[in-house]
Amino acid sequence: MSQRDQQNPARPLSPHLQIWRWGPHMLVSILHRATGDGMALVGLPILVWWLAAAASGPGSYATFQAVMGSPLGLLVLVGVSWAFFNHMTSGLRHLVLDIGAGYELDTNRRWATASPIIGILLTAAFWAVILLK
Amino acid sequence: MGNGTPIGRVRGLGTAHEGAHHWIVHRMTAIGNLVVMSYLLVSLALLGDYGHASVVEWLSSPLAATAIILLVISVFWHARMGLQVLVEDYLHEPGTKLAILAALNLAIIGGGAFAIFSVATLAFGRTA
Repeated sequence: MSQRDQQNPARPLSPHLQIWRWGPHMLVSILHRATGDGMALVGLPILVWWLAAAASGPGSYATFQAVMGSPLGLLVLVGVSWAFFNHMTSGLRHLVLDIGAGYELDTNRRWATASPIIGILLTAAFWAVILLK
Repeated sequence: MGNGTPIGRVRGLGTAHEGAHHWIVHRMTAIGNLVVMSYLLVSLALLGDYGHASVVEWLSSPLAATAIILLVISVFWHARMGLQVLVEDYLHEPGTKLAILAALNLAIIGGGAFAIFSVATLAFGRTA
């Protein structure tokens, strides 16, 4: 009798979130998916609009600038830039994990804690450069 | 799906029913994104202002136009793969899944083509 035959069909494929004791790696994993898909759904339309408005002429571009330069627009841009830097740092962490490194418990916890913090710091640094130049 | 070896029993059981190629291309485009997004962010930081004239002058140079066209390809490809995983993980009805993935392809290819054409328009000198 194979292992599959012994399985209770009512069992879920894998335990869901509430089963596990929370650790920083779980937040990083969830944020990685949320920021990546958030950028795909919000950031890419803004990128396309920006490029198309620039190509369409000063009038279209002025509309883009008025909307994205408004307080709400800037909030969205700050959010997208945070999503980028957060996704980039957790993505770099993933690339390291993918080559098989960084699975020791304390190392893993340290970088899981560090990556969202570095993401926030990079976002702040980017906007400081933009706003202070 | 075999029932002999352990790998044979699990092969094809993920939500996508396949995976290694998708997984590798997702990482490869991630590395591409690191390069082209670094270029974009440094360019934005160095740009004098964000008015139409400055942006067009920058975007119509051969280097910037090439970089941003490559950015659109790498980022849109990577984003499509990420959204595909999202759909495969959370939508369980095969018909809905197929419809959403078809719509996703249309949106990504349409949006990407529009973005690339816009940059090419500027690079080839027609500033409307």
